[in-house]
Amino acid sequence: MAGLGSVCSRRLAGFVSLLLLVFMAVIGSASPDAATGANETLRNSSEHRKAFPVLAFNYEHVSKPFVISLWILLALLMKLGFHLIPRVSHIVPESCLLIFVGLLVGGIIKAMDQTPPVLDTKLFFLYLLPPIILDAGYFLPIRPFTENMGTILVFAVVGTLWNAFFIGGMMFAVCQIEAAQVGHVDLLSCLLFGSIISAVDPVAVLAVFEEIHINELLHILVFGESLLNDAVTVVLYHLFEEFAHEGTVTVGDALLGVVSFFVVSVGGVMVGFIYGVLGAFTSRFTSHSRVIEPLFVFLYSYMAYLSAEVFHLSGIMSLIACGVIMRPYVEANISHKSYTTIKYFLKMWSSVSETLIFIFLGVSTVEGPHNWNWIFVIFTLILCLLSRVLGVVGLTFIINKFRIIKLTKKDQFIVAYGGLRGAIAFSLGFLLTDTEKKDMFLTAIITVIFFTVFVQGMTIRPLVELLAVKKKKESKASINEEIHTQFLDHLLTGIEDICGHYGHHHWKDKLNRFNRKYVKKWLIAGDRSSEPQLISFYNKMEMKEAMMLVESGSAAKLPSLASAASLQNAQQRAPPKQRAIPSISKTREQEIRKILRANLQKTRQRLRSYSRHDLFSDPFEDSMSEIRFRKQRVQMERRMSHYLTVPANRQETPSARKVWFEPEHKVYTYDESESPRDGAALETLPDTVSLLSESPQRPGQSSRLRKRGDTEPSANAPDSQEEPQKLSRCFSDPGPKEEEEEGEG
Amino acid sequence: MGAAPTRIGQQDPELVERTGFSPEQINNLHKRFLQLSGNKDTISRENLNDIPALAYNPIKSQIIEAFFDKRNQHDSEVGSLEEITFQQFLMVMSHFRPPTLEMTAEEKEAMRKEKLRFLFNMHDTDGDGKITLEEYRKVVEELLSSGSIEQESAKEITDAAMLEVASTNVPHMGPEDFYEGITFEHFEQILKGLEMESRMHIRFLDTATVHCGKS
Repeated sequence: MAGLGSVCSRRLAGFVSLLLLVFMAVIGSASPDAATGANETLRNSSEHRKAFPVLAFNYEHVSKPFVISLWILLALLMKLGFHLIPRVSHIVPESCLLIFVGLLVGGIIKAMDQTPPVLDTKLFFLYLLPPIILDAGYFLPIRPFTENMGTILVFAVVGTLWNAFFIGGMMFAVCQIEAAQVGHVDLLSCLLFGSIISAVDPVAVLAVFEEIHINELLHILVFGESLLNDAVTVVLYHLFEEFAHEGTVTVGDALLGVVSFFVVSVGGVMVGFIYGVLGAFTSRFTSHSRVIEPLFVFLYSYMAYLSAEVFHLSGIMSLIACGVIMRPYVEANISHKSYTTIKYFLKMWSSVSETLIFIFLGVSTVEGPHNWNWIFVIFTLILCLLSRVLGVVGLTFIINKFRIIKLTKKDQFIVAYGGLRGAIAFSLGFLLTDTEKKDMFLTAIITVIFFTVFVQGMTIRPLVELLAVKKKKESKASINEEIHTQFLDHLLTGIEDICGHYGHHHWKDKLNRFNRKYVKKWLIAGDRSSEPQLISFYNKMEMKEAMMLVESGSAAKLPSLASAASLQNAQQRAPPKQRAIPSISKTREQEIRKILRANLQKTRQRLRSYSRHDLFSDPFEDSMSEIRFRKQRVQMERRMSHYLTVPANRQETPSARKVWFEPEHKVYTYDESESPRDGAALETLPDTVSLLSESPQRPGQSSRLRKRGDTEPSANAPDSQEEPQKLSRCFSDPGPKEEEEEGEG
Repeated sequence: MGAAPTRIGQQDPELVERTGFSPEQINNLHKRFLQLSGNKDTISRENLNDIPALAYNPIKSQIIEAFFDKRNQHDSEVGSLEEITFQQFLMVMSHFRPPTLEMTAEEKEAMRKEKLRFLFNMHDTDGDGKITLEEYRKVVEELLSSGSIEQESAKEITDAAMLEVASTNVPHMGPEDFYEGITFEHFEQILKGLEMESRMHIRFLDTATVHCGKS
């Protein structure tokens, strides 16, 4: 049955996509026809008075946006279609499939004798590339990036330089071979070609590596390299292009090139830094217009990119710097919804961009023009691979002398194998002006791109399995790990101080202190600026917990009666010190309560008891489940009160980015494994809130979860004594339960 | 006072073997030791306390205590010393060596255990083999550099953390059970995601350079 369904859906997908392709091609060819058609009607109308047009066809009015939208739609439908074909998407990475589709579309359009749209360089660099880079930069994992910064920089700068010169030089030697008939390619052109093709491409790397879930170190090495080598590529490209016409490069020019490299990279970072700080500063004041918050992030970042491009600085590095700088402060300031919006928009845009890039790559391949020269292309391919391997091995040998955690042979292999080329190389090649060599170069570039993306992209996954490379470990948010990460930071800094040398930790600590003391005060709004990191983390975790509980609550079935009385009894209690009452609307509050109450039935407590002191002996009840139930209510009271009394700007705090939510492992879960997401002990809410309204004088301890061995049992006992009595009076919704006996009413 | 610095590495090859440092590293550390101790043979707590850079460190006292803790001397004694010699100083420092490429998986595992044990000893101040709630709370408080405001947050965070340990390690506690404290096995368990052998290390200088002054 399922097989039949999948076959049907496959057929459907295939049919729909074919239809779209044809439609696409028709539209592409129809646009000139529509124009002529309109002219004819115009001429005719001057001859006799035409009737009022009830229905008219005016295509060229909307042709441009129409075609663009259609292309994007096509691309996304293709992407959708791939996942309907399960086997293929496991073996072949998405990028390959997309290129293939591009080839198909290009073929169809060409068969209809039209000119397919080519990957215009301006389109690529200004519109398609920035979202991908911003997405990468904004969500860049900072800790591994900075820890491996030295290695990444060496690979990016020295590695790319090595690649460029090796390939360029060797290609020049190859070109001297008589049989190749490419003797007209001079050294500078070869070097130019080398510089174009030497850079590892972030788009391709992202597309492939994202699917193989490799361990963090390798991922950040390859990916970081692909991002940071942009500066080198820019400099080399411009340098050689300038002088390809001249014919010679003097030593002075070479020196200027080196200076230019520093200017380009540092300048790019500075531009990004400025815009990042501006963006963070702006976000400080957005508390009253939350809706436009995401736009600030996007626009400041895009401006950073464009501003860097104005000066021929490295736009990619600028974009990365902007995202990295902006992120911690913006996230502290913006609402949770804005954070989600930013995240999803970035993912969406980068996904669309990536898809379009690969499809256009395919289309452009079909378009040509091509100048296929066997020797040139084959040698380019071989040299690319060779130089990559040599570069990585050689550099690792040097780097390992300075690294504490050395790179093993397996790591080196993956780094070398992951050096994929992509659309940036193609676009740069497209920018070349010398048409004769341009075609040949383009053909070679496309071949290399195809080879890396198809062959290397497809085989890297089985190779990773074969070599048993460490995969990314699924980490769940753990307060213990966070505590110890911080503890370790301080410990290592202290030991370094005792040892007497200023190491990595010392400077990091200094930066953190500077950040805490000055920068946060400027860039973060309100009292969040002085919040220690551990507390932020903890709050984020809790917030995420609460949101998950609410969300999971909406999936459960609602009880037949939802007592309005208990709902209306609920009021928010007086805020604890330093917190403002949030501005949730009454309806929302009730909605929350209703949903949470819906999980009345499914209460389990995972951790029965943390300490004997939590077990208050109650003379009124003696059943085990009752005691448990009461404890849950107490705990939920805390949780609910916290959730509702979190101040406005706090309530919307973004979730910790690393939190990986697995209900069974939730820190505060009350569920046993049987019904993971349903109602983690939420039934206590209406009661507990009503309880709260009746005992407002309860001191601040009720604001949080209180679950473990208290060393003041006496303080607990009286609390627990009063609670059950009050709760038993308030509780009005028995509901069917498997385990709990609700004897009270 | 004391052996000439350049010779201590060679004088005591046993040091090299016991601690795993290279002779150059031992020399450098010995120079530092002499600086800290004022050219005497032993270091006391005051000497370490006087390091200016440590002043900002929230867990300064714990770090200093760790040097004087007998448990970190691989001696399986409990208690603390008043002053430590260079050998003992070196033993404590040896916990912060990085793993080498040639290490086997078992050696890495042993190293990780050793480092975790060091951390455990830092938390378990009364030496009973368990980290109780109070001890853990103190750790969190120090990390938060608490004023009075964060007392409550420290409590909550500690509670949550202990709960996490308990629920990870003892999933089916009955209602009568009382979670005494984190034992070493539980401690290992909850921190196994952190890959301690790769994270808990500092770079020890191989070459003969030592910064002047106490900071």
